[in-house]
Amino acid sequence: MTTQEFRDLFPILKRKVYGKDLVYLDNAATSQRPQSVLDKFLRLSRESNANIYRAVHKLSAEATDAYEQAREAARAFINAGSREEIIFTSGCTAAINTVAYSFGQAFVQAGDTIVVGEGEHHSNLVPWQLLCERTGASLRILPIDDKGHWDLSTLKELLLAGKSGEGAAGAPQRVKLVAVTHISNVLGLVNPVEEVIRLSHAAGVPVLVDGAQGIVHERVDVQAMDCDFYAFSGHKVYAATGTGVLYGKKQWLEQMPPFLSGGEMVGTVTLDHADFAGLPHKFEAGTGNFASIATFPEAFETALMARDPDIADACESVCAYLEEALRARGDVRLYGEPGTIADAATGASRPAYRRAGVFSFTIDGVHHEDVAQVLDKMGIAVRSGLMCAEPVIRHFGVNGMVRASLAPYNTMEEAETFIKCLDKAVNLLR
Amino acid sequence: MTIAQKQEELVEAFSEFDEWLDKYEYLIEMGKALPSFPEEKKTDERLIKGCQSRVWLDAQTVDGKVVFSADSDAIITRGIIAMLIEVYSNRTPEEILQADEQFIDQIGLRENLSPTRQNGLLSMMQTIRLLAETAAQAEKAQA
Repeated sequence: MTTQEFRDLFPILKRKVYGKDLVYLDNAATSQRPQSVLDKFLRLSRESNANIYRAVHKLSAEATDAYEQAREAARAFINAGSREEIIFTSGCTAAINTVAYSFGQAFVQAGDTIVVGEGEHHSNLVPWQLLCERTGASLRILPIDDKGHWDLSTLKELLLAGKSGEGAAGAPQRVKLVAVTHISNVLGLVNPVEEVIRLSHAAGVPVLVDGAQGIVHERVDVQAMDCDFYAFSGHKVYAATGTGVLYGKKQWLEQMPPFLSGGEMVGTVTLDHADFAGLPHKFEAGTGNFASIATFPEAFETALMARDPDIADACESVCAYLEEALRARGDVRLYGEPGTIADAATGASRPAYRRAGVFSFTIDGVHHEDVAQVLDKMGIAVRSGLMCAEPVIRHFGVNGMVRASLAPYNTMEEAETFIKCLDKAVNLLR
Repeated sequence: MTIAQKQEELVEAFSEFDEWLDKYEYLIEMGKALPSFPEEKKTDERLIKGCQSRVWLDAQTVDGKVVFSADSDAIITRGIIAMLIEVYSNRTPEEILQADEQFIDQIGLRENLSPTRQNGLLSMMQTIRLLAETAAQAEKAQA
C-alpha cells in the first residue's frame, strides 16, 4: 500500500482551508478518521442505536455485539491476556484518573510515594498530585536530562529508598506506583519503558504507562512489555472521539474498588448496599459511549495498514527530512534527541529514545504562537504553547514551543511545504 | 481625528487586503512601529491577564488625556495592542469610555485569531477601559 492510497482513506485530508490545501500536522493532539470509522459510527447510530447490555431486544443485542467486538479488537491490538483487562473509558485522561482514584483507594496511604516522570502530560501528573493530596502520600520525580532522557539512576535510588524507608528488614515498599509516559507528547521520543518496568518490578512496584502517543507509533504488546496498566485514547489512533482504553492486569483490577458507580456496574443492589459486577463492567458505570467505541475494529485495522513496510519507510523518510531540515536552520532549537541506553542484561549500549514523528521546537526571536498563527493562514495546522505539559516546557527554559506531529498519511510534499512556509512565516514575523 | 474616524480609517486600511496573511503583515508592521517600552516597566502589575503571549500596558494621564504605551513578546499581539493604542491613546477618559468596539469585528480580527488570542484581545480592551475609568475617577477626585 502506498502513502497516497492510505491517505485516500481519510476524506478530511482533501479539504482546503483559506483556499489552500490542508496540511494537518497536529496528529499528536488528534488523528483524523478514515471513512470506515465514520461509516461505522453512522451505521450504528442509524441502525442499531440502543442501550448496551440492558435490554433483550434486537437493537440492544446489535449494539452490545458491536461494543464487545470493539473490546476484542482492543484486546487483540495491544495483546492483552483477556477481555476483562480492557476497560472502556472516555479517553486516556479518564483511564489514568481511574487508576489514580481506585488504585490509590486500595493501596496508597500517608507516607507512601508515587513516582512520575518529569516529562509527563498533565494527565499523567495532576491525577497523582491530587491522589497525594487526598492520601498524604508524596510525589517523587523521575527527572529528564537536556536530551529528554530519563535519569534511571534516580529511579533506582527512589525504589531503594522506598524499600528501606522504615529501616527494618521486611519493611513494606513505600513506592506504590511508577507512572511514566511511553512517548512524551512534547519530545516525541520512545522512552525505554521496559527498563523502568524491569527496575520497578524488581523492587516490587507496579508501573502505569501513559500510552496516549505510544499507541500511535509503537507496536504495543502489554504482555511482552509487562506493564501493570496501559492507558490510551481512541481518538489519537483513528477512532471516534470520546473513547479510551484502560488496560490493567487482572490481579490489580480485581483488588481495586470501582471509580464511578451507577448502572450496569453492579451485581445485587439493595437500598443500603451494592455488590459489584465482575470485570470489566465494575469500572464501566453508566451507558458507554458505544457508537464511538464501536469504531475500534475499523480504527485499529487502519493502524495495522499503516504498518505496511512501504508506508512505514515513507514515514521514516519524512521524519528524517524534518529532523534534518529543522536542524539545518541555525535559529531553530529542536527539543528531544535520540540516543542510547545501557542494556540491562549485557551492559552494552543500544539505541533508545527514537523520535516518533513529533517535532517540538522554538525559533530565536520569534514567538511560538505567532508562528502557529501565520502557518494556520497558510493552511498548515500545528500546535503551539505549553501543550498540556508545562513542566517539560519549563525544563527547557521556554514559555512555549511549536509542535509539528506526523501521522502515516503525511507526505513528503507536505513536509516540504511545511518547511517552506515556516521559512516564509519567520521572515514575515522577524 | 475622533476615535470613530480613526476606527473607520483602520477598517478601510485592512479592507485593502484580500488575504489574511497580508492583514497580519500590516498588523505586524504596526507592532514593529510601536515605540520601545522600557524593560523596567514590564512588571506584573502592567501585565494583562488572559493572554498566552505576554502583554504589558501602561497608562499615564497627560493634560487630561490618557496616554498608553505597551509591549508584547509576540509580534502579532504587539501589532494588536499597537492598533488599539493608535485608536485609544491620547484621548480623554470620557472619549475612551464612550467609544464602541465594532471596528474590531468589522476588520474581522476576532474571527481570525486563535481562541486564546481572542481572549487576549478581550482582556486588552477591558484593561484599556479600566485604565480610562481609573483616570476619570482620579480627575474627579482632583476637581
